[in-house]
Amino acid sequence: MTLLSVQNLRAYYQTEAYGISRIVRAVDGVSFDLFPNEIYGVAGESSCGKTTLIKVLSGNIKPPLKVFEGSVNYNFGEYTVDMLKISQDELRRKVRWKELSYIMQGSMSVLNPVRKVIKTFRDIVDTHEHIKDKNEFLEKTRTHINRLGLPTDVLDAYPHQLSGGMCQRVAIALATVFEPALIVADEPTTALDVVVQRGVLHMIKSIQAASKNTVLLVTHDMAVHANVADRVMIMYAGRIAEEAPTETIFNAPLHPYTQHLINSLPVIGEKSTKAGLRGSPPNLADPPSGCRFHPRCPYAMDECRTVTPELITVKERHRVACHLVKEGSL
Amino acid sequence: MSANGKLLDVQHVTVEFRIGGLLGGALLTAVNDVSFSLESNKPEIFTLAGESGSGKTTLSRLLLRDLDPTRGKVLFEGRDVSTVRKRSEFIEFMKQVQPVFQNPFETFSPLRRVDAYLFDTVKNFGMASNRRDAAKVVDNALRNVGLSLDEVRQRYPHELSGGQIQRVSVARALISEPKLILADEPVSMVDASLRMEIVNLFRKLRDERGVSVIYITHDLATAYYISDRIGIMLRGYIVESGPVEDVLERPAHPYTQLLKESVPEPAPLKRESWAKHIELGTTEIKEYGRIGCKFAGRCPKVMDICRKADPPDVQVGRQTVKCYLYSEQVEKTQARRHPDLGEVDDIQHE
Repeated sequence: MTLLSVQNLRAYYQTEAYGISRIVRAVDGVSFDLFPNEIYGVAGESSCGKTTLIKVLSGNIKPPLKVFEGSVNYNFGEYTVDMLKISQDELRRKVRWKELSYIMQGSMSVLNPVRKVIKTFRDIVDTHEHIKDKNEFLEKTRTHINRLGLPTDVLDAYPHQLSGGMCQRVAIALATVFEPALIVADEPTTALDVVVQRGVLHMIKSIQAASKNTVLLVTHDMAVHANVADRVMIMYAGRIAEEAPTETIFNAPLHPYTQHLINSLPVIGEKSTKAGLRGSPPNLADPPSGCRFHPRCPYAMDECRTVTPELITVKERHRVACHLVKEGSL
Repeated sequence: MSANGKLLDVQHVTVEFRIGGLLGGALLTAVNDVSFSLESNKPEIFTLAGESGSGKTTLSRLLLRDLDPTRGKVLFEGRDVSTVRKRSEFIEFMKQVQPVFQNPFETFSPLRRVDAYLFDTVKNFGMASNRRDAAKVVDNALRNVGLSLDEVRQRYPHELSGGQIQRVSVARALISEPKLILADEPVSMVDASLRMEIVNLFRKLRDERGVSVIYITHDLATAYYISDRIGIMLRGYIVESGPVEDVLERPAHPYTQLLKESVPEPAPLKRESWAKHIELGTTEIKEYGRIGCKFAGRCPKVMDICRKADPPDVQVGRQTVKCYLYSEQVEKTQARRHPDLGEVDDIQHE
């Protein structure tokens, strides 16, 4: 059973000003499936389309973002949802927070600075479950907070009284009140220190292990994926470059971009010189022809400049989009 | 000019900020009795690493003379920098010490062409007498970072990639031919594929041009990769310092051990030590005001004495460690608690 199936998704930003129309191809032909009970990592540089992908998956499609092609289908067991057709009202009532919730990057700005944390919980629980009894609501929130191992007195604190890591964990607690089937975490630890990052990621992992749901973890930090994700997708310039189980991505990557990404990571205990990647990330308003990685690829051939490589399955659960792999010369 | 052969000598520097209202308010010690020095005849990369709020940036402001220490002295080539008052002296000082900042897109105004900054720097420091010479100086600086004036001329910041513009910002710092570059988180805003390029650049500057670099970061992996020596900061103190190989491969201070263990390794098969449970505090502010060792509240090997007075600096091998675990008087009475140096002990938090 798949939880989410994305087929050939093309989502572009279309702007028109003074008669000049401009299209930024942020997500260009992306297909993948998510299964229940897994942590799926999405990695890529800034402006490779990670955030646009999440926006479409969570039904947050507002102009100038427009879906040109493709489908996004959820299967929540009891019912299915076509994210591109669902009405905003239904999305809010049935799907958001109950089946799909979202952990954002800067949780300091997610929580209202002039209200206690408990009020924010109240807002969320109220809109979704209509609990009239105040005690019942408090009871429910307390048990949830306790289950996550947070002290209950955070509920009576204002956000500024909490540390950055605690705020982020409160945001995670908010996102998991209703045990959603899919939790989307967009750079959940980027602004945090390593020790705090470790604590927050442990919490996400233990929630996932307890409720057996799916986590879509988006971060540019490959070391985080190595320690948390079950499967990893590498995005480059709006397309999937490679997708495989975490061990395969790190130990036997096939796409030259993935190989470079893995090999250039500095490791404590190793001082050999690591090279940077030449060139700069492509402009998505005018992407390179053929394989979008070809201007920076050390193995680029003529074919790469003209023909777009298909995402082919090389092994079970391992997909790569590279002309070299088709020929088996890498 | 340089007395005692030291390029930079930071002596017992303390910086205090007053926080809070008019009547009440408290003193926050952002940098506490910090000392370190750089040799003038041996260029090196010295890293200051630590979490947010550890005083890294305050220390860098101090070295750039943006701030005067409450106590202690910063000597640059033997001269106390707080005595630099005249404009001409200040320019002379800035010529020698140049900064590179975190976010290159904020360093440069989006409405101004990038090369204008480079020409301004040449003019301000009087590095050339006419525009043609200035172009040569600028081009030379850009070539040092793998760019050229033709690539950058007439370009606005948004027309360059994050890696390119950060290299321009390093080139700008190189124009006055400084002896010391202060790089405050220079790669944290740069994409992974471009990061190594910038980091390698600092190595190259050290080896080929003899520039010393103070590299301020929270990223221990790049710190290990480029630096010669490292100082680990915690709440204003340097708790451990020494050659980077010793400090990061065999950390002695319990805080460094925790920090090192928390850095996720990009190897899925080595997940276990990272996955060990840790306890996080609710608030971090408390630690500043703590008497004694600031890490005592989180330290797995805490002793009574740690909560009473500041730990002494102890020499352990080639490292200097600010911890009672290694001080001799404690060693005799609490020998059992002395950890075996050379391995990362189990970190279990209270």
